[in-house]
Amino acid sequence: MIVEVLNTKRIGITGATGFLGTALCERLLRCIPECEVVVGIRPGRKGVAERVKRDLVKNECFNVLRDQLGSNFSDTIASRLIPIAIDVTQDGLGLTEHDASILKSCNVIIHCAATVNFDSPLDQAAEINMLGASRLASVIETQVPAPEGREPTTGMQAQPHLISVSTAYVAANQKGYAHEELFYDDSRIKNLNWKQELLQARRARSDIEAQSRTPEILKKFAKKAHFELSNAGTRLLTQKTEQLRLEWVNERMVDIGRSRAQSLGWPDVYAYTKALGEYVLAQQHTNLPISIVRPSIIESALTDPFPGWIRGFRMGDPVIISYGKGLLKEFPGLIEGVTDVVPVDLVVAAILAVAASPPPELLKPPPIYHVASGTRNPLKYGQLVEMVREWFAEHPIYDSAGQPIPPPEWSFPGKGRVQTQLARKMQLLDGAERIVSKLPLRGEYSKVFARIESSKTTLKRALGYVKLYGAYTETEAVFRIDRLLELYDSLPQHDKEEFCFDPAIVDWHHYIHQIHLPSVVQNARVPTSPSVAAISSSVVTRDTEQARTERSRRAVLSKQRHIAVFDLENTLISSNVVATYAWLATYHLPPIKRIRLAGQLLLQTPQLFLIDKRDRSEFLRYFYRNYKGASKEQLETDSWELLNNLMISKTFPDAIRRVRQHKELGHKTLLVTGAVDFIVEPLKPLFDEIICAHMSTQLYPSKTAEPMSVSTWLTGKVRPGGSLSTGPHTPTFTGELETPPPIDQTRVALILEYAEAEGLSLKESVAYADSASDLPMLEAVGYPVVVNPEPRLASIAEKKGWPVEYWSKTKGSPTPLLPIWTGRYDQNKPPMLETVIQKILEWVE
Amino acid sequence: MSQRLTRPGLILEADRNTPPTLFWNGEGFYLQRLPKGSRIIYPPEPVESLYDIEDGIDNALLNPTGDSQPLPDLLKPDMRLTIVFDDISLPLPPMRSPDIRQQIIEAVLDYAAQAGVDDVVLIAALGLHRRMTEPELRHALGNRIYDAFAPHGLLRQHDAENLDELTHIGTTESGEDVEINKRAADSDLIVYVNINLTAMDGGHKSMCTGLVSYKTMRHHHNPNTLLHSRSLMDMHSSALHSSIWRMGRLIANSGIKIFQIETTLNTDTFPEAFGFLQKREWEWSLSDRVRYITTSNILEKMPPRASRAVLHSIKSPYQVTSVQAGEVEAVHQVTLNNLHAQQLMVVEGQTDILTMGLPYIGPYNVNSTMNPILVAVMGLGYFFNLYINKPLVRQGGVVIITHPTRWEFNPLHHPSYIDFFEQVLSQTTDPVEMAAKFEESFAVDPWYIHLYRKSYAYHGVHPFYMWYWCAHALDHLGGVVVVGGDREAVRRLGFRPASSFDDGLEIASDIVGTNPSITHLHCPPLLLTEVR
Repeated sequence: MIVEVLNTKRIGITGATGFLGTALCERLLRCIPECEVVVGIRPGRKGVAERVKRDLVKNECFNVLRDQLGSNFSDTIASRLIPIAIDVTQDGLGLTEHDASILKSCNVIIHCAATVNFDSPLDQAAEINMLGASRLASVIETQVPAPEGREPTTGMQAQPHLISVSTAYVAANQKGYAHEELFYDDSRIKNLNWKQELLQARRARSDIEAQSRTPEILKKFAKKAHFELSNAGTRLLTQKTEQLRLEWVNERMVDIGRSRAQSLGWPDVYAYTKALGEYVLAQQHTNLPISIVRPSIIESALTDPFPGWIRGFRMGDPVIISYGKGLLKEFPGLIEGVTDVVPVDLVVAAILAVAASPPPELLKPPPIYHVASGTRNPLKYGQLVEMVREWFAEHPIYDSAGQPIPPPEWSFPGKGRVQTQLARKMQLLDGAERIVSKLPLRGEYSKVFARIESSKTTLKRALGYVKLYGAYTETEAVFRIDRLLELYDSLPQHDKEEFCFDPAIVDWHHYIHQIHLPSVVQNARVPTSPSVAAISSSVVTRDTEQARTERSRRAVLSKQRHIAVFDLENTLISSNVVATYAWLATYHLPPIKRIRLAGQLLLQTPQLFLIDKRDRSEFLRYFYRNYKGASKEQLETDSWELLNNLMISKTFPDAIRRVRQHKELGHKTLLVTGAVDFIVEPLKPLFDEIICAHMSTQLYPSKTAEPMSVSTWLTGKVRPGGSLSTGPHTPTFTGELETPPPIDQTRVALILEYAEAEGLSLKESVAYADSASDLPMLEAVGYPVVVNPEPRLASIAEKKGWPVEYWSKTKGSPTPLLPIWTGRYDQNKPPMLETVIQKILEWVE
Repeated sequence: MSQRLTRPGLILEADRNTPPTLFWNGEGFYLQRLPKGSRIIYPPEPVESLYDIEDGIDNALLNPTGDSQPLPDLLKPDMRLTIVFDDISLPLPPMRSPDIRQQIIEAVLDYAAQAGVDDVVLIAALGLHRRMTEPELRHALGNRIYDAFAPHGLLRQHDAENLDELTHIGTTESGEDVEINKRAADSDLIVYVNINLTAMDGGHKSMCTGLVSYKTMRHHHNPNTLLHSRSLMDMHSSALHSSIWRMGRLIANSGIKIFQIETTLNTDTFPEAFGFLQKREWEWSLSDRVRYITTSNILEKMPPRASRAVLHSIKSPYQVTSVQAGEVEAVHQVTLNNLHAQQLMVVEGQTDILTMGLPYIGPYNVNSTMNPILVAVMGLGYFFNLYINKPLVRQGGVVIITHPTRWEFNPLHHPSYIDFFEQVLSQTTDPVEMAAKFEESFAVDPWYIHLYRKSYAYHGVHPFYMWYWCAHALDHLGGVVVVGGDREAVRRLGFRPASSFDDGLEIASDIVGTNPSITHLHCPPLLLTEVR
């Protein structure tokens, strides 16, 4: 009967790329051989046709159909699947005239589009779930002629039959039996005014927006942004602050939504807005044939298209995987409560049966069908947990060390207790994070910070699950399915076999153990055998990690790249402006003065550290004043000795090699640093261009050496450097910078200027840097690479998936303990150690 | 030259009563008992030195060898005089002040000043070696020379990459380009001051490696010549020397006048406090034993960096045994005779296993780190080649080296070595293959050239030459075992790491069987074996 009725029809589906929508499309195309399917989806950036191909037809749901049709698959899809662009958040659905006529020509429209996110912000959920179905109904209420070859919509069928998919949990606010009827019959909320609810939801957004802009709150965001990004420069910090504000507004809207829903007895904003949506639809569109289908929790397929098919990570799945991984040690729930789960193919079959049996007359309220298992074939929460535990005991997930994770024993605690436990753990991690962020960690050590962050994310997720799904496992409503069964009974035998939706057919033990869990675990891509796990942890993970590193390295070292920008300190060499200054300043000092200068610098360190943390440019300006009065010529000569005695021993050979690799590949190499020009001058041959700080000079008189001839050799009166006389005026540093130092935004601007002058693109360029203050530069290029990151940058890199390189000095490098000149003041004498050893040996002899 | 009768070298066959033998082990040493029947080769003891060095120098300058006038006759007031001297790689360890180079150059300068020569330039013959630092130059030349010349740019270091300062002299009959230092080539007289520590040094090799460019160097420093240099210490059987001699004669024929001064040192290598290092173990006095225990323990307890600093501060009490000057080839022949008188000893028959303890210093790591490549070249390039006639170890035999072979490099001196180790040795240890695939890119790399010219780095191509230096040994040997070496680093070299000497012998038994003949080279001090 179902095939015969629907075969001649054009059937519309909104939300076709969702879990249920995909299953519906596939089932229609496969089992109703003649029908046409109009899929309404959000166009997105790629456009509707591309989205249908990528997000719908490519899904493995279509594998069976693809096998059946073989080479005809594409043709069938092209001829029977008609994509149109629909946006349910807009009145009129944002339809083009052409798309609107296609939509209106449908005989049946199944409305699946919804935000199924249980923690959507209130106003978003209200727009989509509360008004979506009603907007759709408004569009199709106007009649158009049937397309050629299709059955005209006549009489009662003059208008398309709208099937709105809702959720059984709209009745979750009840205890005991929930019937297939509209919620407003419930006396407790009889006076609920949906218009008022919508108005308040929209108003809440503007109130929260206003609140988020108050000085006190903005200050908090700024502080947090600084904590997360350190001294990343004004632009990024303000961006981050704004991002934090928007996140905060959203979080508040989620909170408000959840609170409002729970105050009315619904578990979350999804059920609440869906409930109101049903009401709006029923009340506003009395002239349209409408049916409402309310599935409970939809999970993987029992048989169709194949056992275990599931799309995405469904509601219960993250909880199950977290349990299998041992992350979720407790989960609140009523041991004797019913977890109402229903396989997706049963829901699809029920919807098709409803589609084939439109209401014979305009019913008020419209007929509602529960698709739920709770009354007919209940699955108790305790039973489910036990089945899951049994299964994981037999098929454990393996940890990173290749060891099986034992599934935890659940004691079915209350929601409050679990929440308190998790919140306490969160506090501990917050504390640890604060401490670690203050430590001067670098390179591999900074992974600690990333690890704390990832533990926090895991914990946050667990806490989220408890808050979100706890209400579902504690639901005491039992959904009756009398109307559904009536419909089922009315079907001929072959329909009952082919489109079975009687929940009694599910053998829960078989379903959970043989179908659902294997599918969920497979989808989650967690290691499920020791060999895979062992490989996964030690070889494959490392291998995949290596493969990933290799991949990113290949991308970075592709011929297509344009510029390779390198930061200096801790990216190329493990040194800094203070160390280079200390070395240069001590180069011409007698030993005792060297120690005094080093001591003075050490005492200044905490202050310098604080300034640097606050603002890098301010630090540089402040510190460079130390160079005031130094001879330019002298420093330019000394910088070579600095290179040889300090810098080279502190270079990272891998970094130097990388610069040269880029050069060999024909990329422009660029050094960008806050260091002063004379310090980086000796590195010039490595780079095509150096962007650095320049110090201004003024003229002072100085001394020069007289030429020497061998005749002076005979006199035996030779002094180092010849005899000295007063020479012309020579430039001396003022300690002030000529231009702002190339830090954060200035740095990006300078790089951009260079790229534009050379006709190159930053999107095709690579940047290497080590600290959060380099974030603007890293974000400006297409291929950022993080080198020996400090903790915050390490965690940012992890989140953004940026490749990280750990480069170190060569072992055996003769790095001095303190960055000061350790050679002899009097060059006429042999090195100190040599003299000491000589003395000792003489004494021994 | 008068010579005292000193004890010649000794070949001892170890028996029950033989005390454990001293093995150098990088920045330390230990005593190791060798299996019964092993031969231990002790070098000849130091021969007597010149009684009066100044007199010896003067004598050499005034009575030149071969077809040459005395130095004063060669000096004219308006001439260009260039004095060239060997760099930091000689002698090893550096000798106590005054260095023989200083003494000779001061004497030459005295004559030059007397003759009114005003255009004098000193050049350190670096070849492709690193530049010398100020303290190193001051040590080699003395403060007086340094202060007189360096501030005026008259003390230079040869720059094989300064194209403006190189002159193409011509091409040899074998098609070898000869390109040398321009100042030297344009001089009316070159005075070359050599220290001839081994038989390989001196002669035409001084000019043709010390003052040439990479373009010239690659004709004699390549896998082919070095595979056919058997050994490097025997110029008549060395393809490297043949090439160099062709070049040397080309230079001589081009009219460039060289006044060659060569010097030989005795083998008094270590100061008295370390005297036990060059004594035979059974002759150690009580104080030798105390000094051994104290120093070996102190060095072992110190971090490698500290023990390296201490050892590199030790200057050798070498004494000069001869100075000869004049025409290059004639002078070199006299030098070889004098050198053989000190170092040569006859050894009967080859051995299955040759053992050697490698010290902390080699020609390329003075005041620096002996990285794994330098360990290989010290063992297989130098110690293995200390022979005339045939190698100490038989074809297919094994060399066992004791050295910690740490994965350590000095980035100031050996930047290209780091990349060579990472990029080249990780792919091939075959000298011919690496020469074809990688040499060029390292040799012309602008960054290495920059560091060679302006910093204190060996030339980019230098690690390749080191590896070619091992070519003959790599071809000849059945295996190389490094006792106590860093496993990864030793494997990267293509050698086999062993945790103890006995394990080393055990590993060697895979190649030479369970009853091999073993010979230990008790070196330093240096020696040269004539294997019959």
